[in-house]
Parts: sequence; structure tokens; C-alpha cells
Amino acid sequence: MLVAAEKRHRSSEEQDGERDGRMTDAGMNDAAGKPAGEVALRVGSFTLASRLVVGTGKYASYAEMARCLEASGTDCVTVAVRRERLLNAAGENILDHLDLSRYTLLPNTAGCFSATDAVRVARLGRELLRDLGNAGSEWVKLEVLGDQKTLLPDPVGTLEATEQLVADGFSVLVYTSDDPIVARRLKDLGAASVMPAGSPIGSGQGVLNANNLSICLEYLKDGDPDYPVIVDAGVGTASDVAAAMELGVDGVLLNTAIAHAADPLRMARAMRAACAAGRDAFLAGRIPRKRYAMASSPETDRITPAALSPN
Amino acid sequence: MTEHGATPNDEIIVFVNGTEKRLPAGGTAHDLLTAVGLAGRPVAVEVNEVVVPRAALGERILEDQDRLEIVTLVGGG
Repeated sequence: MLVAAEKRHRSSEEQDGERDGRMTDAGMNDAAGKPAGEVALRVGSFTLASRLVVGTGKYASYAEMARCLEASGTDCVTVAVRRERLLNAAGENILDHLDLSRYTLLPNTAGCFSATDAVRVARLGRELLRDLGNAGSEWVKLEVLGDQKTLLPDPVGTLEATEQLVADGFSVLVYTSDDPIVARRLKDLGAASVMPAGSPIGSGQGVLNANNLSICLEYLKDGDPDYPVIVDAGVGTASDVAAAMELGVDGVLLNTAIAHAADPLRMARAMRAACAAGRDAFLAGRIPRKRYAMASSPETDRITPAALSPN
Repeated sequence: MTEHGATPNDEIIVFVNGTEKRLPAGGTAHDLLTAVGLAGRPVAVEVNEVVVPRAALGERILEDQDRLEIVTLVGGG
């Protein structure tokens, strides 16, 4: 399936080669934040211009969050559902700082440790977003966590909640481990996107098991190359995003790596560039790894003698 | 605070986000939102673990011992 993706891209690149090359050289994107000649990411009924999904948690201020989201180029941001603080009803709400004409909100079920709780939170999020008229009411980022220490997903609860939410009409984007078997079962249950963790949430360790992630991609995209697979969690820095995208994932969801960087705004820009670079590199098709060197300059017509053979 | 079960007939006790609240009997979920200053705010309401759509809040009469969750959106990943 990787070959098919590359071929599809190459044909569009040929039509748009000059522009594509210039954009890539500049490391920049068009106004929508995607490399020219690129197809948009589709998840369920949603079309995303950017392949970065960015969380809204843990910023020093809402103003900083808003600047970082803009710099990241994202058009889809995650939000959490929490109890309203009854004593602080006049306080600031995150919605005062999110341009809903620009961002599709992706409500999560973060903090839920059972399928029952996750389904309740998903339904509350849907009600909130319906009320706002935001398209994101019809989807959910499902998290059913196994324990507080690792925040790794509980696979059984995740499967149960996926089934219930799909039956309830949600487009379910499901946080899971990088286990290819669980990933395949989640897709079989009707998940709109399977979102394997690169490493534990907020750990900044990047993609720890590229082999598993590659098998997830192989299984999930078998006969269905456009099925969206998004790496959710674990990103520490820009190269982690590029590395994930180079493996062929369709997008990356991150939060802490920007919000807790020493300079969040600069990191948001770096993430945007890394996502575009990784995607282009995947579509371009990397060279195989080889044990020994292969000269880039001609081997013939040298004015000096040939080097000694190792044997 | 009155002892549990000793509320006047015209008053009920409900639990809002885990906190006890006293309300006039016959009040609706919308009345409660108004009482806590959240009418018109971006919130969603669940009564006894079932979401009550905004359009139905004014018709949902609360009963003694109802458990409500009033939630909003916050930053998250």
C-alpha cells in the first residue's frame, strides 16, 4: 500500500512539480498548511487541511495557546470535558479563545478509566459542541485509560467503548497502544481512525516501536490505503513528528511537546514544518538503508588512482 | 443545613457536580442553571447519568436526590 500512495502522489507531483519543489525547498506550506499537490486528510466525514492535531491543554495562558495553535497550522484542536466550577462561572472559558470558524473541536474522553465513563463524557461533549454549532459534535477522541501511572489505554474498555459509541453514531478516533492486533480489532468495530500512541502520553519519548507502528499501518491500510492512522501521544520534539510521518501515518496528535517547550511558539512552528517534511519524505519514498557507501560522484575518469580494495 | 430527609415539602435536595444544593420543589434543570449563574453559558447537563439536551432543560423537572453534572470544555490533549 505504500507503493500505491507513492504512485498516487507522484502523478500529482508531476502536474505540479515546479510549485511542489519550491514549496518543499522553502520548508513552507500554502495557506491551508499542506504541501502543494497533497491530498487532504479525511477522517470519517471530516476533511482536515493540516495533518497536525493539536491539544489545548497545559499552556501558560489562553493567549499563548491561541498563538501556538495558529503557528502550528492546525485546523483541528482537542478539548476536554470537565465539571464547570460553580464558584467561578464568570471566569474565562477556553471557548473565548478558540476561533470556532477556524478550528474543528475534537472533544476527548481524557481521564476516563472505564468504558461507561468514556461513553458518558463523549455524550456530554457532543451536547456541548452541538450547542456551539461546531462540526466536531459528531466525533470524539476516545480514551479509556488503564492506570494513572502510565496512562496507557485499557484495551478491553477501549474496545467496549468503541463499539458503544459507534452504535451511538459517533465518528470514533480511538487512542490505543501500538499493538497491531488491537488496532485491527478497533478498525473492525468501526473506528473512524485508529490512533496508536508513539509512547506514553506526555512522556516525550517519540515513537518507541516503529516496527509495531509499521505493522499497524500495514494491517489498517490493507486494501484501504486511505484509512486514517494518527499517532497520538508521546511526541517530544519536531523530529519525532517527522519520523512518525515518514513511516506513513496520516497525522500526528500532540500537546505537551508544544505547550511545555521552553519556547512554545517556536516549537509550534517547528512541529508544522516537521509534519510537512515528514509527509513529503514519506510520499517521496526514502532510499533503502545499505551497509556500505555508494559514491555520489562518478567513479570513472578520476585523475588519481583507485582506492585500495578492503580485501 | 437540615438533617437528611428533613427538607420541607416545598424543597428538594439535588447533587450538582457532587455538591448538595437545595431547590424549590418543581424546579427544572434550567431553573437550577439560572440559580448557579450558568444559564446561557457553554455547558452541558447530565441528570442521573443521562444527557439532557439544552432545548429540554426547561422541561426537565428535578426530583429529590437527582444527581446532576454540569460540564464545560477545558484545554486538553
